[in-house]
Amino acid sequence: MSRRRLPEWFVLLLPAFIVIAAVVLIPLIFSLYSSFTPYKLTRPSTLWKWVGTYNYEKILTDAKFWAAFGRTVLFLTIVLNLELLLGLGIALMVNKVTWGQRSLRTVLMFPMMFSPILVGFQFKFIFNDNIGLVNNVLQSMGFNAALPWLVDGKLAMFSIMFAEIWMSTSVFAILILAGLFAMPRDPLEAAKVDGCTAWQTFRHITLPFLMPFIYIAMTIRSLDVARAYDIVQIMTGGGPARRTELLWTLMSRTGYVDARMGLANAMGYVSILLSILFTVYFFKKLSAARAEIGMAG
Amino acid sequence: MDRNQSHRNRKRMLKALHFAALFMTMSIICIPGLWIVLNSFRPTVEIMAKPPVWTPSFTLEHYRAMFGGAGEGGVPVFSYFRNSIIVSVVSTLIAILIGMSGGYAFARYRFKGKAGYFVGLMLFRAVPGVALSLPLFIVFARVGIIDTHLGLILAYVAMNVPFTIWLTDGFFRQIPKELHEAAEIDGCNRWQAFWRVEFPVARSGVASAAIFAFLTSWNEFALASQLTRSVGSKTMPVGLLDFTAEFTINWGGMCALAVLMIVPALILTFLVQKHLIAGLTFGGVKG
Repeated sequence: MSRRRLPEWFVLLLPAFIVIAAVVLIPLIFSLYSSFTPYKLTRPSTLWKWVGTYNYEKILTDAKFWAAFGRTVLFLTIVLNLELLLGLGIALMVNKVTWGQRSLRTVLMFPMMFSPILVGFQFKFIFNDNIGLVNNVLQSMGFNAALPWLVDGKLAMFSIMFAEIWMSTSVFAILILAGLFAMPRDPLEAAKVDGCTAWQTFRHITLPFLMPFIYIAMTIRSLDVARAYDIVQIMTGGGPARRTELLWTLMSRTGYVDARMGLANAMGYVSILLSILFTVYFFKKLSAARAEIGMAG
Repeated sequence: MDRNQSHRNRKRMLKALHFAALFMTMSIICIPGLWIVLNSFRPTVEIMAKPPVWTPSFTLEHYRAMFGGAGEGGVPVFSYFRNSIIVSVVSTLIAILIGMSGGYAFARYRFKGKAGYFVGLMLFRAVPGVALSLPLFIVFARVGIIDTHLGLILAYVAMNVPFTIWLTDGFFRQIPKELHEAAEIDGCNRWQAFWRVEFPVARSGVASAAIFAFLTSWNEFALASQLTRSVGSKTMPVGLLDFTAEFTINWGGMCALAVLMIVPALILTFLVQKHLIAGLTFGGVKG
């Protein structure tokens, strides 16, 4: 078959298809297959033994898995909502500033450049119960207790969420700020003339205009929610006693430490479905919001 | 008069509140990073001191140990840095070329199932790195490219292509079609029209896509930690783990490596920060 017969768009997209097929699709198909086997890294022959949905049945009846799953969903819900609210707040605050706005925006971009693993180490250091900044400050202010930030289950979850929110709020803040800059002035002035309160103006004019920007931020974020893995892995490793175990740390422990690849890949598929669910949901919201303000391409 | 006064007072209070809130937010954003930088210059004794020492002293101990390679553990920082640079730059270049041609296809051609292909591509980006690392590890081990630059580059190209397509698609869409039509009437073929007319216009968008791809590769850990083993291919995020032992962490050394990791990203981002924001918003809103 000659290349000329292929439509141009297909030729242009072909490299992308090939790379993604080779590096993502084939491994994923392989892992789908191996999730139906009792594959263990230490015993390669187990790859050829078909056990049907055994792994899936096993994880679906496993309390530890469901605990991790529920914790992951809860974690994502809390973290994404807080990031959105804080991002919106920061954007509105920075938008009001009349002097030095550019430098403030630059500062906002700061956490975006940090590697998630670096964020993990950074907060592991800061929340360290012995030499960490937080406890040192608390003690210097006269509190005598050394709070076990990363040792107590609840405090550890809080610390991890803090790190995650620190890292990702700026994505929201910056995109929403860009939306505020792009906002037309006329409707705002008209609202003022008509006697709207500040809240009414925000609720009925500013917010609808910002929606697409919020959904872009959400979509971008939903693409790599699993970055939280790096943070958790470094800060607590899923401990203490599995109190901060998320889907991703459970999976990597099952795969690499216990070497039960089949089981881990079955969990992997659950996590992939979770990510895809998030992404599709926000993509839909994004195109709906675009259509609403007439920006659909 | 009285009402005026109270109104003015309220306004002043709001202003003070606004300032205070802004100041606190900015401190929370800045302090963790600055703390790392500060601690990379403090002697280990002082970092570990109990009660804490608040007047920092200055030392280059950690940097000397790191670059000398003879410090605690002897972390081969130069190799890690070199690996990071090679992997990030090469994978970014390839991802941009592939992603740009894909983004152009989405922006300029009409074909069946376009929206489906588009979302499908993005879904591959959403696959969590940890979930992918398990099978990728086995497949790469079979092919024999584990612990090589090539393997990591391949993985990062695949990771970055979908997002690059998304961003460049948005930028190419903004360029009026008449532009390349005019160029073609003037005797360019499509290929020439692209490089001479459309590419220069979309350059800032391509640059911002490149920065994102670079930062993703530069900072990636979940895949790199499994696909690299030796000094010959470990990147800096994986190298950070060298400072941790079973029960202790060499905080000072780690902070020094962290600074080394953050500086190139910082410089790069400052250089193109305007394009970065434009890239994200235009790519998304109008895409």
